[in-house]
Amino acid sequence: MNLDLTIDVLLLAFMAVIAIAVVRMRDLFGIAMLFSVFSLLSAGVFTVMDAADVAFTEAAVGAGVSTILMLATLTRTAREEQPKRSRNPTLPLIVVFVTGALLVFGTSDLPRMGDASAPAHHHVAPRYIEDSEREIGIPNIVTSVLASYRGYDTLGETTVIFTAGVAVMALLGIRRRRRREEPGEED
Amino acid sequence: MFVAATVAILVTMVLAIVRTLLGPTVYDRILAVNMFGTKTVLLIAAIAFMSGRTDLLDIALVYALINFIGIVAVLKFFEYGEFSRGGRGRP
Repeated sequence: MNLDLTIDVLLLAFMAVIAIAVVRMRDLFGIAMLFSVFSLLSAGVFTVMDAADVAFTEAAVGAGVSTILMLATLTRTAREEQPKRSRNPTLPLIVVFVTGALLVFGTSDLPRMGDASAPAHHHVAPRYIEDSEREIGIPNIVTSVLASYRGYDTLGETTVIFTAGVAVMALLGIRRRRRREEPGEED
Repeated sequence: MFVAATVAILVTMVLAIVRTLLGPTVYDRILAVNMFGTKTVLLIAAIAFMSGRTDLLDIALVYALINFIGIVAVLKFFEYGEFSRGGRGRP
């Protein structure tokens, strides 16, 4: 009995069910709760796929911070979504199916998961593993890749996250409570 | 044994999802989400022991913490309508 495969299929099926429910639901609080469950499920999928760091981030940001941000937004808006008369759904449906088919077609060219001969393990990864401690001087390889080899990339990402945080703070109205210190930044 | 535990946890997850989707009241949904988070913690722990990667237990601990904080935030939202207030008698 292949339990890993069963767990994968079940978690993904849960995610599909929840996504459909989110689309069909009108109660925004219930949708926020469902998003929390969705995030927990995707973190579970990451864990099963052995991507522990991604699962950490997904759990902290997806299930933790973003649920709270959504609820904070709910305090500013209505609890119910206004039903809107939708137009003909044929064209969006075709676009979605074509995009999905293209994505599935794209996966056929990917190397198998955990394949040691995949290009990702041969391009620069051996150099990182062998030389990063001598070149950078940080024992943790991931840290030296993020902070040194891809330093500009990380700087750009941090700027984007900072901007998004400032925008969210501005939208959620910190101005109501005047404080001496600056409000804390979320990552 | 871990396989049996995993199957049982998955069945419970299905039940929790059903309650989240049907849940007539808000409190059913909150409780179902809380239980779902607990089941995720248990599932990850079971997978960790089954596959021998005990470092996954750290993730299970993080989930437990996030689950607790998230539920407290949700309940505060429902009791007060905002997050910045304390309990009764405090500003």
